[in-house]
Amino acid sequence: MSDRVLTVEDLKVSLPVPAGKLRAVQGVSFHVDRGETLCIVGESGCGKTLTALAVMDLLPSKARRLATRLELEGKELSDIGERAIADIRGNRMAMIFQEPMTSLNPAYTIGNQLEEALLRHRRIGRKQARERALYLLDRVGIPSAEIRLKQYPHQLSGGLRQRVMIAMALMCGPALILADEPTTALDVTIQAQILHLLAELQREFAMGLVLITHDLGIVARIATRVAVMYAGQIVETGTAEAIFSAPAHPYTCGLLACIPVPGKTQRGHKLGTIPGMVPSLIGDKHGCRFAGRCPFVIAACGESEVLLEAGGGPGQLVRCIRHTEIAGLTARSPEAVAL
Amino acid sequence: MAELSAARTGIPSAEEILAPSPRSLLRRRIFHHWGLILGGAILAAIVLMALLAPFVSPFDPYDQQLGRKLIPPIWHASVKATWIHPLGTDHLGRDYLTRLLYGAQISLLIGVSAMIISGVIGTTIGVLAGYFGGRVDMIVTFIITTRLSMPVVLVALAVVSIIGSSLTVVIWVLGLLIWDRFAVVMRSATQQVRVREFIIAAQAVGCSIPRILFTEIAPNVANHLIVVATLEMAHAILLEAALSFLGLGVQPPTPSWGLMISEAKGLMFFDPWLISIPGVALFLLVLSINMLGDGLRDVTAPENRS
Amino acid sequence: MLAFAIKRLGVALLVALTVSLITFSMIHISGDPAVAIAGDTARPETIEAVRKFYGFDRPIVVQYLDWLASALRGDFGRSFTLRQPVADVIFARLPVTMALGALAIAFALLLAIPLGVLAAVRPNSLVDRFALTVAVVGQAMPTFWFALTLVLWLGVYWRLLPITGSEGWKNFVMPAIALGYYVTPAIMRLTRAGVLEVLSSDYIRTARAKGLRPMTVLFKHALRNAIIPVVSLSAVQFGFMLGGSIVIETIFQINGLGYLAWESIQRKDLPTMQAIVLSLSVIYVLLTLLADLLNAFLDPRLRVA
Repeated sequence: MSDRVLTVEDLKVSLPVPAGKLRAVQGVSFHVDRGETLCIVGESGCGKTLTALAVMDLLPSKARRLATRLELEGKELSDIGERAIADIRGNRMAMIFQEPMTSLNPAYTIGNQLEEALLRHRRIGRKQARERALYLLDRVGIPSAEIRLKQYPHQLSGGLRQRVMIAMALMCGPALILADEPTTALDVTIQAQILHLLAELQREFAMGLVLITHDLGIVARIATRVAVMYAGQIVETGTAEAIFSAPAHPYTCGLLACIPVPGKTQRGHKLGTIPGMVPSLIGDKHGCRFAGRCPFVIAACGESEVLLEAGGGPGQLVRCIRHTEIAGLTARSPEAVAL
Repeated sequence: MAELSAARTGIPSAEEILAPSPRSLLRRRIFHHWGLILGGAILAAIVLMALLAPFVSPFDPYDQQLGRKLIPPIWHASVKATWIHPLGTDHLGRDYLTRLLYGAQISLLIGVSAMIISGVIGTTIGVLAGYFGGRVDMIVTFIITTRLSMPVVLVALAVVSIIGSSLTVVIWVLGLLIWDRFAVVMRSATQQVRVREFIIAAQAVGCSIPRILFTEIAPNVANHLIVVATLEMAHAILLEAALSFLGLGVQPPTPSWGLMISEAKGLMFFDPWLISIPGVALFLLVLSINMLGDGLRDVTAPENRS
Repeated sequence: MLAFAIKRLGVALLVALTVSLITFSMIHISGDPAVAIAGDTARPETIEAVRKFYGFDRPIVVQYLDWLASALRGDFGRSFTLRQPVADVIFARLPVTMALGALAIAFALLLAIPLGVLAAVRPNSLVDRFALTVAVVGQAMPTFWFALTLVLWLGVYWRLLPITGSEGWKNFVMPAIALGYYVTPAIMRLTRAGVLEVLSSDYIRTARAKGLRPMTVLFKHALRNAIIPVVSLSAVQFGFMLGGSIVIETIFQINGLGYLAWESIQRKDLPTMQAIVLSLSVIYVLLTLLADLLNAFLDPRLRVA
């Protein structure tokens, strides 16, 4: 059995907006293996959520999706039709969303909603489904699981609800979990617990985990590999160590320079910022999307599409024509990159 | 100017600062809302016809010409139909077009008057309840609930049967009975505005209550008021028609559309136009008012669309 | 939960009492009941005799309390014209009106809810525009005119249904349609708005993410939540319908409470008028209470009263 759980090749998502065609995701490619966590990082609006929704085929009805390859456990997903995808959703791949407070139906008990996820995809009895639900509730760290099963969502706190969502995602034992900012809406202390839980579960159940976040701190804790997204494209991808120690794309460098590092950042040292704004994603664009804000920009940057090429360390890909020079710079003194 | 756009320099350009003003946005929304325009146009046409009734028609609505009764309207394939009476005549030989036009006057008059009376009552108690809250709110809510529990048509009929019916009585009875929606909507609108910062600021500065009510609250709840006013005007018109239909509204020979339908009830099997013409008129009038009201609501607060 | 229900019941009773007081006063103060009964042309002595006979010369408060005391015992007095205890007459006619009301609300729900759901699932489509047209027409059309038109087409031209009377179920079809159409627009609009809003909520996205079939998502998850406000609105609209039944019942000559009200108004039968208004108010108040209870039952979040 191959280790590769998900292969995405050249994924494009566009939305019709009054001003034209919004190209939210522009040719994104990545893969996830069993047991590894891919973190997709980027700021709001870079297209990371839509990427995950595109994989699950949960895009808004007006959106258009195109991909050269979209394979889950070796099976192509992009052309199999509504019914077949519904059979796979919640079954072989599951998604966890950002807002636990509103992601559960207030009219049904926790138990009902958990069991429903399993009963939909397996020919088993209600009792067995209930046992699995109990087991998972316990496994995700919810005390008094028996009682919780009969409770309604409004009787649980945000942290507990998110644990329920995780349990719900696990009901059918999926090979892939997509988690879209699962901790953003939670308290900082709970965030750590949830992340720890996700990492544990991934190891135990040997799943692939795609974690979407804007928080580099989370990436540092949990990522095996990282994909940095900007303006609908992946601008850099590689192992977590490589990205953090030797970022090769100016945007990644900028992101890292924004974070104070305990022990290294001096008092009074100015935190980096990236001036400017994300460019419009409407209509056709050429050249590097980051050019308008990049301190390393040269004339050639705006001329033609920049491709993702091997660069930096092994397995690392960068979308920048000057990446060799930049990697050299940052390897020597990461914090000194004055952006 | 594109070179100086925000994406390049981080500072918004002149075009980006000069967004369209609220007034021109409103104008734009009005012109794009066909319901509002259509409703307004039909209503304006009806009002115009009502105002010009004496000049448009050569007949008197009370003028009975028994030799000319029950002439069918012009679109009937009958020898009796004539252009002199394009909408025919009723069972007493009165020209139907004239009765229709004067009936418009009655409907509009009752609609507007009842709307004003109920509007004053409902808005006053609604705003007071919304602004002061507490015990005032409790009392007002109780009053509203009580009013809602009363079968309006029955009570109106009962009162009219004792007092005796006339145009004035109908207007007052309706006005004193249909203020509930005004009260409910204005109460909730006031409650929402009341907690906004500028009200608290006005209170902090020491503005007197009447001043706050009129200068701060009023402009912000006005759009709700206008929408409810149109809907209640339509409501009053329909109620008056029902009352007159039952014989306890406007009295004959006054040309109320409801009354016209009632008078024609017995004849409708043979001369159905006698009920369809005033019926269509009522329908169009109420429809246009509703479209206008819906349109106003959409245009002034698009988030309230249902 | 029990305390909540009791408190609501208390308020409801208070409301019903107030309504009866107001109606009593309105009827007795707005004109001279003695004149109304005896007629404008009667001699002063006759009017005086009538006044004494019915006790109209006593203070209003006394008259009201007297009436109330009897009413609480179930004695609503004797009808002036029908020579029977009012209570008997009302109980005889009430079931007819309730049956008509039930049929009408059933018609309204069967029309409004599916239309509302379809319109919400396919917004801005042909179905949606049709549904909104139904609502707009329903709100603008005078009920009595609609009833007459139905009589003309279904009763006279096509001879499908009987025009008057209340003997068989066929007699109730047209009245139920006319009465039901009165409340259809509000219910349809609320259903449509509710389903539209619910369909864009996060838990629907979760349901789809679990791979649930579209029908399951729509009916088990979406509708279950969207229907909650519709249920309580329907209960309230049922109450309005009962009040408006007077017009329909008189047109179709159905022997219900509305027709009774009409007759008693014509004949200035004050005790009956008074009792009918009270009955309808009590029914309305109970309906709103029922609506609240249904709300709490359907929405688990409201149960922690």
